[in-house]
Amino acid sequence: MLCKMIYEGKQKIWSEYQKDIPDDKWYYVRSCIRQNFFPASEKMFTEITRNVLGKDIYETPHHTTCGGIAYHCDTIPQETAMTIVARQFALMTEAGYENYCPSCITSFGNYAEILETWRQYPELEAKIRENLWKACRREFEKPRHLAHSSDLIYHWRNEIAAKARHKLVNAGTGEPLRIVEHIGCHYAKMFPSKGVGGAEYPYVLAGMIESWGGQVVDYPERRHCCGYGFRQYHVKANRSYSLSNTYKKFESMEPFHPDAIVTNCPGCPYFLDRWQYVIAEQMGKTYGENGFGIPVLTYEEMAGLVLGYDPWDLGLQLHQVAVEPLLDKMGVKYDPSAKYLGLNCEDIMRPELPGSIKCF
Amino acid sequence: MTDFGFTLSRSSTLDLQRVDEERFEQLCKLEKGASVCIGCGSCSATCPAGALSGMSLRKILLAVQRGQEVRTMLQCCMLCGKCTMVCPRGINTRNLILSICSIYD
Amino acid sequence: MKRNIVIIGGGIAGMEAARALLDLGHTPILVEASKMLGGHVAFWHRLFPDMSSAKNLVGRLETEIAGSRILLNTKVLSLNRLADGYSLKLSNGSVVNASVLLISTGFSLFDARKKEEYGYGIYDRVITNSDLEAWFSGKRDARVPDNPESVGFVHCVGSRDLKACNAQCSKVCCATAIKQAIELKECFPYAKVYCFYMDLRFFGKKYEDFYINAQRDYGIRFIRGRVSEVGETIDGRLQLKAEDTLSGKPLKVQLDLLVLMSGIVKNDSIRELADMAGIETDSDGFLRSIDNEYAVIESNRPGIFYAGACTGPKTVPETVAEARSAALAIHSYLEKL
Repeated sequence: MLCKMIYEGKQKIWSEYQKDIPDDKWYYVRSCIRQNFFPASEKMFTEITRNVLGKDIYETPHHTTCGGIAYHCDTIPQETAMTIVARQFALMTEAGYENYCPSCITSFGNYAEILETWRQYPELEAKIRENLWKACRREFEKPRHLAHSSDLIYHWRNEIAAKARHKLVNAGTGEPLRIVEHIGCHYAKMFPSKGVGGAEYPYVLAGMIESWGGQVVDYPERRHCCGYGFRQYHVKANRSYSLSNTYKKFESMEPFHPDAIVTNCPGCPYFLDRWQYVIAEQMGKTYGENGFGIPVLTYEEMAGLVLGYDPWDLGLQLHQVAVEPLLDKMGVKYDPSAKYLGLNCEDIMRPELPGSIKCF
Repeated sequence: MTDFGFTLSRSSTLDLQRVDEERFEQLCKLEKGASVCIGCGSCSATCPAGALSGMSLRKILLAVQRGQEVRTMLQCCMLCGKCTMVCPRGINTRNLILSICSIYD
Repeated sequence: MKRNIVIIGGGIAGMEAARALLDLGHTPILVEASKMLGGHVAFWHRLFPDMSSAKNLVGRLETEIAGSRILLNTKVLSLNRLADGYSLKLSNGSVVNASVLLISTGFSLFDARKKEEYGYGIYDRVITNSDLEAWFSGKRDARVPDNPESVGFVHCVGSRDLKACNAQCSKVCCATAIKQAIELKECFPYAKVYCFYMDLRFFGKKYEDFYINAQRDYGIRFIRGRVSEVGETIDGRLQLKAEDTLSGKPLKVQLDLLVLMSGIVKNDSIRELADMAGIETDSDGFLRSIDNEYAVIESNRPGIFYAGACTGPKTVPETVAEARSAALAIHSYLEKL
């Protein structure tokens, strides 16, 4: 731990917030936005879980949004979101699965909230079952287990470590890399018991970092929201709040000199990554070394790097903040000239590079 | 600098450690009662200038404690003495106000 | 039966009751689960509002109850109701029959680790009221820095907190916080000391004077706002978030030491004892009195009386007064048998 805190105290809390995560047979649902933001992350999840770990991870193209963004933006009522979710559960039931794994944090929170609401108000569940039947003649079983896809990677973190090609270690000095973990708010703040490690000291990403050789950075604003908060970012007039929250986090983590940030939410990595450019433009301030930013990874991208996948296959060229300083530290080999080659070596064009924050 | 149409918001967070307490400490020397306010608001409730000008002795004293500006509000005081009458902690508010004036002069 | 009186719990409630019963001509049996008498008070340094020594109080009581039968390291394993009293099986192997039981099992201090956001047991510079009291008594504690620049006290830790399963006020913490803040200020005159409170509840004799002293003579700063989160900076200091509710602004501050005022919660062992004895617990988890106005020391069972914090948070003088009152009630109960 890159801090003076008492590790045993954290371990005690972690031991109190463990959840039952079955080892196989998961019904996986993708996020609305992650494939646009971090196009290879969900692909890496299925690649790692199916092909590296040999797990049964089922997907269906009939899956839709869970309604979480609209619900959190206050544009649809909760009953509508519940009926959408009921349909997802029906798809899971029809496919013969009992364990439900969303890739999105807000979805995870949405599912957790709906299941808990139904537990407390069974008459509402009955009404939603009726709505679903009227709408599309489907019926559903509730999932036996609900886990976020980061819970699964956490669950299999040691198996991934055993197959690691690279560690979260500075290949030059042998020192562990200092990694900031950022947890999406909807992961455990609403239901601390549903998150690995709880809400104050979540272990889900810290566990991966430790298992893969890195050092977790605990800085004062660790639990602070990234600032995305749908209504904040989606309404341009509110974007200042979004930017300012991210700024607050960077100012707080700056003295710890993190080598990278890892996140488990669709929005957080996007904003922690992109706002670094905006902060550099507006404030002339950068947080990485030598004018670079701090690379921000999804946990699938981090797992992919650890397992030795090509960084450009992981989509890291689509990040705003250059990831090369991290790749160099980890000793990951990459071909700079292949950075902007897409599938089948097709040129995907080069972005215009900003002057305020150093990029490759 | 690129114009994004939005920029960093100014944080209203009060950083206690950066609060300049010099004036408040000075005030406590001039008027011991400055330290025993319990923020009950009796003074502000009864202040004849309060409803019309936003004058509030409770807020003024808190602002001095937090190292903030108070002059504008202070100017509205008419030194009528009603706040001295109602203060449950028996603070000599007249001396308090005059002391704040002398410090912020 | 020999009209035995068994007092369960050897804190100041049980001790004072034993003393008063000895005075009235009885020889009570005092059963204490731990290895020493005095309960929580034995671990306290000084008492408010007179700053008198807690050790002296416990020591004096100890001397005065020497004539009673004191069983240390002894637990009540089982308790049976008889036609005219109670039969207790004790952990020392003995069986005692008694006409009267006085329950003075006291309270437990809230486990501050449960308020995870304050980081007790996680951050080096976070301690509890109890830890600080031990430090005042001379126990070394590496968490207390040599020369702190700033110290914070958080009132109501595990009190008035539904999330902590304790909606009640613990009564003693506001005054304890002020007492400890003053004592700390005496140790570190240049430290800034902040008390973060929701409400300040100074109901007892001279408590308000204590508060004025803290404000006027010790310059202790009172911030009306509950601490919502504590983090650790790179140099090991603590960073707090609260609202300065009087100015309506969010507030942050860095501290060298944070003291959590752990509240009074029900003694965990009370439920089992209550079930065995056939007495009831109240909605707050403490033992239920016949009523909470006139008969706080009386249970719903004949011959079972209460004294002290087993029925709810109590100050030292309240506890002592209840113990004497219970002794008198026991005396007249036995007279009428």
